[in-house]
Amino acid sequence: MPQISFRDAINQALHQEMERDSRVIVLGEDVSGGAGGTSGTRDAAGGIFGVTKGLLPRFGEGRVLDTPISESAIVGAAGGAALAGLRPVAEIMFADFVGVCMDQIYNQIAKFRYMFGGKSTCPVVIRTAMGAGMNMGAQHSQTIYPLLTAIPGLKIVIPSNAYDAKGLMIQAIRDDDPVIFFEHKALYPRKGEVPETAYTVPFGEAALVREGDRATVVAIGRMVVFAEKALDALAKDGIACDLIDPRTTSPLDEETILESVENTGRLVVVDESPPRCSVAADIAALVASRGFHFLEAPVQIVTAPHAPIPFAPALERLYVPGPQRIEAAIREVLK
Amino acid sequence: MTISSAELLSLYRQMKTIREFEERLHVEIATGEIPGFTHLYAGQEAIAVGVCSLLTDDDYIVSTHRGHGHCIAKGCDVGAMMKEIFGRSGGLCKGKGGSMHIADVTKGMLGANAIVGGGPPLAVGAAIACKLRGNRSVSVAFGGDGSSNQGTVFEAMNMAVVLNVPAIFIFEDNGYSEHTGAAYAVGSRDLAGRARGFGMPAEKVDGADVFAVREAMARAIAHAKAGKGPAAIEATITRYYGHFEGDPQNYRAKDEVARLRDTMDCLKRFRARVAADGSVAAADLDAIDGEVLALIDRAVIAARADAPPAPAELTTDVYIRY
Repeated sequence: MPQISFRDAINQALHQEMERDSRVIVLGEDVSGGAGGTSGTRDAAGGIFGVTKGLLPRFGEGRVLDTPISESAIVGAAGGAALAGLRPVAEIMFADFVGVCMDQIYNQIAKFRYMFGGKSTCPVVIRTAMGAGMNMGAQHSQTIYPLLTAIPGLKIVIPSNAYDAKGLMIQAIRDDDPVIFFEHKALYPRKGEVPETAYTVPFGEAALVREGDRATVVAIGRMVVFAEKALDALAKDGIACDLIDPRTTSPLDEETILESVENTGRLVVVDESPPRCSVAADIAALVASRGFHFLEAPVQIVTAPHAPIPFAPALERLYVPGPQRIEAAIREVLK
Repeated sequence: MTISSAELLSLYRQMKTIREFEERLHVEIATGEIPGFTHLYAGQEAIAVGVCSLLTDDDYIVSTHRGHGHCIAKGCDVGAMMKEIFGRSGGLCKGKGGSMHIADVTKGMLGANAIVGGGPPLAVGAAIACKLRGNRSVSVAFGGDGSSNQGTVFEAMNMAVVLNVPAIFIFEDNGYSEHTGAAYAVGSRDLAGRARGFGMPAEKVDGADVFAVREAMARAIAHAKAGKGPAAIEATITRYYGHFEGDPQNYRAKDEVARLRDTMDCLKRFRARVAADGSVAAADLDAIDGEVLALIDRAVIAARADAPPAPAELTTDVYIRY
């Protein structure tokens, strides 16, 4: 099976779905790039991370729309186009910019179906790059999926590897509900085995990445990679744990988490977001309320601190939960 | 622009339907039977009707919190609208939207919208769909002097120009952003000028003159369907009631509404015009008045009799599949 990057896996999904369904359009800042420039070169960017590269030459300006830097209009246009029968994939360049267009996300696209009595569909995908680790500072590095996971009407997708990224993106485009698709910037170059043919990964079905009966580790996005490193270190001491990657935080595969905790009796949740009202807190609450009798130790959550993301590399390294902190948390629940 | 007598009667019937719908709500709301906030469109009918009389179900509109008139003009069922406003199960949105969220996508009505300035970005999106389908239809964003100050509206106008899509922006300047005068809140008070600043043609019309609105709209549609991109219309008008029902309107001079009802009423203007040119008999208009009153009466009776939504509806329609 071909090894391709997380970035190319999403790019392939976009190509295949645009080929399959002429209703699929892509819009956002620099999704092609170069319009209005003096060189006359189009597809000059293909998205600043290259995820939408090649779409404009293949599908043309009618379906690949470079927009001004107007996040509210980007998301709103995607919502209106979806109500009018298209299947837009909008890009919000950095997840932090969701703050600029929050109304269109949570008051508009998330609620149309409910407010309109179930008589509309709004099949929008909003792709957005997130995550710390590249010294991009407090306004270009956040993992704000907890905010959006809390909103009824949205589906929240957070892939951790190239295979899932492609399958989840194809599912997102074919899904009839609005989907927010978070792409961790640090994962873009990471390669994995990805079939060339189109396939879907269903929402609400967690992946059991590792198996082991000592503890349950739930990790999200890039944290899955770090949790695997922590488990590699623990394996040297003969400690094996379940590692669960929820893949979507809304819907959340509660049953897989609860079944695992029933087996292990111990839970560690790893989330790159700050701790308050985080997905980590949400999963800890889930197990406290529905799996308390399984627990043999207090739940550990491993998160970023309750602080904005610092610029200085020395501080940012401390901000992001890393393999050592995860390993320590697992050892703690095993005490 | 020639107009048949059947079309004239239709314009009048639509305006009269909106007027009586709103006048009746004004009465019913005072009884306390209708829950929540309601914002009445009475006084502004010629704009919704002038604009929507040139649209079909393939054209899109997005509306505002003051949306009943746009809904009726775009073909939403009056009985189902009344049930919606009463919060009943037979409402157009099953009672789950309410006055500020009435929608009927099958009619191209993409929703009233309780966020001032929330609609225009959506209209640009529908216009993208229209363009992909060959500019045979248009997408209309209704807004007011209030929303003209929202950044989302600026973004939408600019993007419509950049993407060259058939979007038409209608600004209904009714003089007030909630409880604050447009004379204070709208810098320059030149909404058409703002639209022109983004690079689209824009005209100003008398919003109480359904013929003037219609003619301006016809030019905007021709422009958009020719592939020349968006256009805008600024229509000057007044509202007969408060920002919401129950608003004491102490920000308006005591005689203002009475004076404007006398001098700036679209129904009176319509009657005067057709009487002057003899195109429609007054008796035909009187007959429509009676039919409309009966229609609204039936709608209120049916709404009152309709059941509230079942408890199970609380959590349906959040997702198609979850």
